Amino acid sequence: MRRDYTLYLFAAIGSFLIVYITLPLLVIFLKQASDFGMLVKTLHDPLVIRSLRNSLLTATATALIAITFGVPLGYALARMEFRGKSLVQAMVDVPIVIPHSVVGIMLLVTFSRAILDSYQGIIAAMLFVSAPFTINAARDGFLAVDEKLESVARSLGASRFRAFFSIALPIALPSIFSGAIMTWARAISEVGAILIVAYYPKTAQVLVLEYFNNYGLRSSRPISVILVAMSLTIFVLLRWLVGRERNA
Amino acid sequence: MLEVTSVSKDYRGFHLRNVTFSVETGEHFIILGPSGAGKTVLIEIIAGIIEPDSGRVFLEGEDITSLPPEKRGLAYVPQNYALFPHMSVFDNIAFGLKLRHLPKGAIERKVREVAEVLGIEHILHRKPKTLSGGESQRVAIARALIVEPSLILMDEPFANLDVQTRGRLIREMKRWRRELGFTALHVTHSFEEAVSLGDRVGVMLEGKLVQVGGVREVFSRPVSEEVARFLGFENIVEGTAEGNVLKTNGVEIELPIEATGRVRVGLRPEDIVLSLEPLKSSARNELRGIVESVEELGPIVRVHIRTGGLFLRAFITRSSMMNMGIKPGAEVYVSFKASALHVF
Repeated sequence: MRRDYTLYLFAAIGSFLIVYITLPLLVIFLKQASDFGMLVKTLHDPLVIRSLRNSLLTATATALIAITFGVPLGYALARMEFRGKSLVQAMVDVPIVIPHSVVGIMLLVTFSRAILDSYQGIIAAMLFVSAPFTINAARDGFLAVDEKLESVARSLGASRFRAFFSIALPIALPSIFSGAIMTWARAISEVGAILIVAYYPKTAQVLVLEYFNNYGLRSSRPISVILVAMSLTIFVLLRWLVGRERNA
Repeated sequence: MLEVTSVSKDYRGFHLRNVTFSVETGEHFIILGPSGAGKTVLIEIIAGIIEPDSGRVFLEGEDITSLPPEKRGLAYVPQNYALFPHMSVFDNIAFGLKLRHLPKGAIERKVREVAEVLGIEHILHRKPKTLSGGESQRVAIARALIVEPSLILMDEPFANLDVQTRGRLIREMKRWRRELGFTALHVTHSFEEAVSLGDRVGVMLEGKLVQVGGVREVFSRPVSEEVARFLGFENIVEGTAEGNVLKTNGVEIELPIEATGRVRVGLRPEDIVLSLEPLKSSARNELRGIVESVEELGPIVRVHIRTGGLFLRAFITRSSMMNMGIKPGAEVYVSFKASALHVF
């Protein structure tokens, strides 16, 4: 039998991107491993610790806010037909096409002192760029729930509200969580808008930039490594938890 | 108990037109129609999931047309059963009772009671996706019946089952009804279900309810040619009647009744007997014909026969086709009782 090499060829071509993503990650970790002293020193720097805490807290708050508003929106988009629905749908995706520096400028122009250099500012910037992930995941999750399930629940006596909480929401939950994880990940990796809106309180992402500008590559590397290690660990852990829930 | 009056609805390419019928307490009412007739739209209007464009729905004399589904006290079993995938079979069945805030012990007892009648006690702990089609159907029906609905709405409840399971479950449903005593409105395209379960049947074609009556009455006296064709009168012969003789395409057929002028008669393919020799029976119409083609349908075959200028279709078993050596070009005698003819 002749073997089909097409798939192998495609895999070979595609693996370029995998290598391209993996290589810098590996290199930065390896380089840092040869400079372990600097890493330990950085971990004892209170400024670094505080900035990491700021990043984690603001990203988590962003994800929670995105869930609070994104889940109802996703459900409405999945179940309602109305004029201008496609326009609403397009608005949800707009943040993805706007340069992040512009996002920062827009937010600052609109909300000015209410968000300038504050936790609210960081969260505002993060929410703007990362909410679409939760909204779209929630909508897709609800679209995948057979409407008949809710119809049956209602004919058995459940109100629309009750049918949402006992049927649609639990079934869509893994999808919503996946979206929230993406929102969290996008939030913690946001720099552009935060730089403009809220340079302080300092987040780890901004601190990396500051160290690079002031002290160079060697000084900015250890925080980068810590930030990446932390984000990746949490990201992988959450994805694993959601994946397990899905297969249960 | 249920009264549907002049319900019309245009919905996703379906057009319900002036549907009117009623279901009596304790009855198993069947809406019979081909797929695409709008049966599901009708059942969803009664369940309260879709609102009709016009017409009213009454339950026990009360107008429920604009009530939401949860206020109607009906139970709905959709075609795909719609079992809640994230709940165990027990929780699926208990769902309606939990909404009614019954105490835990009472819920447990009632679920076990219904499960016992439906023969699903041993699967109560399982998740829906591990169930077979037959088991899923029983769970869906248990979940609907446990809330003691005034009426259970079933959409093609047997369509997703293999032939053997279907036959068994149809027999069992009669027993469930005896033991649990429910009123059912059941839509289907299957004659088998209509004949074995239905007390009364309504035939639905292209969004219209064209005939309602007792099962035997509808099947033996279809009101129109469309109904007759749908109900399996595959042979429809048009001709000129004089007294009790119908003349058509150079063939004379004896009719069960007297008629005059242009008439059409229907004849079911299973009411035709094929033989190689003339049958010695005076009570029959007998015509000589040539086999045009043979259509294999599993254990039975449909034989297409030309007698003079008339084309007829007959069902015979596979084995009699083999025994008689029926194949295209063979000469056969076609006979049928005058009483098997239905004059429209």
